[in-house]
Amino acid sequence: MNALLMSPVILPLATGVLGLALRPYRRGQQVVSLLAAAAHLAVAGALLSAVWRDGIQADQMGGWPAPYGITLVADHLSAAMVMITAIMLLATVIYACCDVVEDSLVKDIHPHLQVLAGAVCGAFLAGDLFNLYVWFEVMLVASLALLIAGARKEQLDGAVKYAALSLVATTLFLAGIGLLYGLTGTLNMADLHVRVQDVENTGLVTAVAVVFIVAFGIKAAVFPLFFWLPASYHTPKVAVSAIFAGLLTKVGVYALIRLFTLVFTLDVGYTHTILLWIAALTMLTGVLGAASHNDLRRILSFHIVSQIGYMILGLALYTPLALLGAVFYVVHHIIVKANLFFIAGALRRLVGADDLRHLGGVYRERPLLALLFFVPAFSLAGFPPLSGFWAKLFVIKASLQAGQHLVAGVALFVGLLTMYSMTKIWVNGVWKARPESTPVPDEVRRPLRAALLGPIVALACLTLTIGLVVEPFYALAERAGHELTNPDVYVEAVLGRGGEDVPVAEALPAQAGLQ
Amino acid sequence: MDTIIALLVGVLMGASVYLMLRRNLVRFVLGVALISHAANLLLFISGGLVGADPPLIQVGADLPGEGVSNALPQALILTAIVISFSVFAFLMALAFRAYESLETVDPDAMRAAEPPRGWKSQAAERTAGTA
Repeated sequence: MNALLMSPVILPLATGVLGLALRPYRRGQQVVSLLAAAAHLAVAGALLSAVWRDGIQADQMGGWPAPYGITLVADHLSAAMVMITAIMLLATVIYACCDVVEDSLVKDIHPHLQVLAGAVCGAFLAGDLFNLYVWFEVMLVASLALLIAGARKEQLDGAVKYAALSLVATTLFLAGIGLLYGLTGTLNMADLHVRVQDVENTGLVTAVAVVFIVAFGIKAAVFPLFFWLPASYHTPKVAVSAIFAGLLTKVGVYALIRLFTLVFTLDVGYTHTILLWIAALTMLTGVLGAASHNDLRRILSFHIVSQIGYMILGLALYTPLALLGAVFYVVHHIIVKANLFFIAGALRRLVGADDLRHLGGVYRERPLLALLFFVPAFSLAGFPPLSGFWAKLFVIKASLQAGQHLVAGVALFVGLLTMYSMTKIWVNGVWKARPESTPVPDEVRRPLRAALLGPIVALACLTLTIGLVVEPFYALAERAGHELTNPDVYVEAVLGRGGEDVPVAEALPAQAGLQ
Repeated sequence: MDTIIALLVGVLMGASVYLMLRRNLVRFVLGVALISHAANLLLFISGGLVGADPPLIQVGADLPGEGVSNALPQALILTAIVISFSVFAFLMALAFRAYESLETVDPDAMRAAEPPRGWKSQAAERTAGTA
């Protein structure tokens, strides 16, 4: 078995268990969490380099050959996502070590961060649908535990709405799995790619595809299913908000990309047109919601929704350049968005408020922090030397090439509104003098520590690097996009032998001990 | 038999959607319990009700005989039941804590995370600011 494929999942899960065992020892939990996150980054890097060198890695857990066994697959998309998850985990753990000091919160947050990262990696590496479902549920439970850690009123309120819609999503996902299994008799995604083409009742396949659009659409927070996100993301601790903002919705986007390039590709004219309109409306409603708010983290939450639209747009166009753009967008967005939440937390520590009307004076007092805000904020808006420019360029160029001028126009217009929104934060939150009426209880204001700024600086440098040295990231996204448009490579890596059926008798391992 | 179970799935889905659309968190939680049953049943019949024999392979044979039931959906459902049961328990506890803390079971009245900001409240804020 391929240890490289398993360890990004097992390592954080084991650390989570260890963290729960270490509940009485706060310092011990933090140290274990930090070390494990660093190890996770190393493992994810090794996996990415293995995939880069040797192509798609696939392995069967328990030794049963696909499609009977449980498959783990890492293609370029999965490996890149695992890598970015590891970066997020490390950044969040460092930030949480400085920012979360209450004993009761430390022992809840650190273990569940690890479990969350393990589940997210599991979802990225899962090769069959039911396994993906289980990882979604693990992710849901871990994220709920993180969301309500502290149990303030707002958190409980947000958690009710988050839990309600997420549970409906996973139940629909399960129903979709049932229907798909009934149609094809398999749940292995590579095998599904082959078998779906033989289903006579293509209308039913399309109907099932729409069930999956709704299920993953809720997870990815697309229009009109996103209302749980702005209701909950601003309520927990900043470190938790940041990793949610970076990773969670992107798992939904990943699942959509995976299924709608590998399984549901028969009626592209129908399903992907739905996705196209979803994308346009998601971009637009998200950015309008952001424009109407004053609370920093709530503005940023609405921007997540808006940016999800660009990723779905890349998927909906379904051309190699568009998929490349979608992958590039996901990677760029995770880094930028988590960083913006980190900075919102730093501003809150500095000024003691979340509301733009009460913020200000940062540029005068901490010019460096203002600069650190500038990089991700204007990368999100798509300013040229930063990563967001390339992401938007690829997606919009792809939509122009595909002849979707209206949607390209919407994407450009939304970019303009994003710039307006970021300028609003810049002017009100950073640039203007701090209003004298700002109600700042001193206990809310806490000093900024160097370690707190560490992840912010690192992620800002990463954003700059992607923007200035775009070549390797483009090459990675290009390979991922190439694999997504040619699913046969994926199928062959998982099933071997060009995807023909393995007879059951041959598939049973001799040592299975069925006597 | 397939038809009856299919109808049952439909009835369960309909009832759960009705429950979930009530403005009452307790009914919503019950709706979530029902809809997970519906999904499990759907998974169950999707495997096809092919036979009633236990899915065991005879000694010396490579394949199970005719008329055995499909074991895979059952294994999947078992996993799904465990997951939905534990999530349901969590949701019950969450609903109770939310009720204790927010003193309502009406999700529309739960506005702690998103305080209402109609023109009225904004106007009130402005007058409060000038006063």
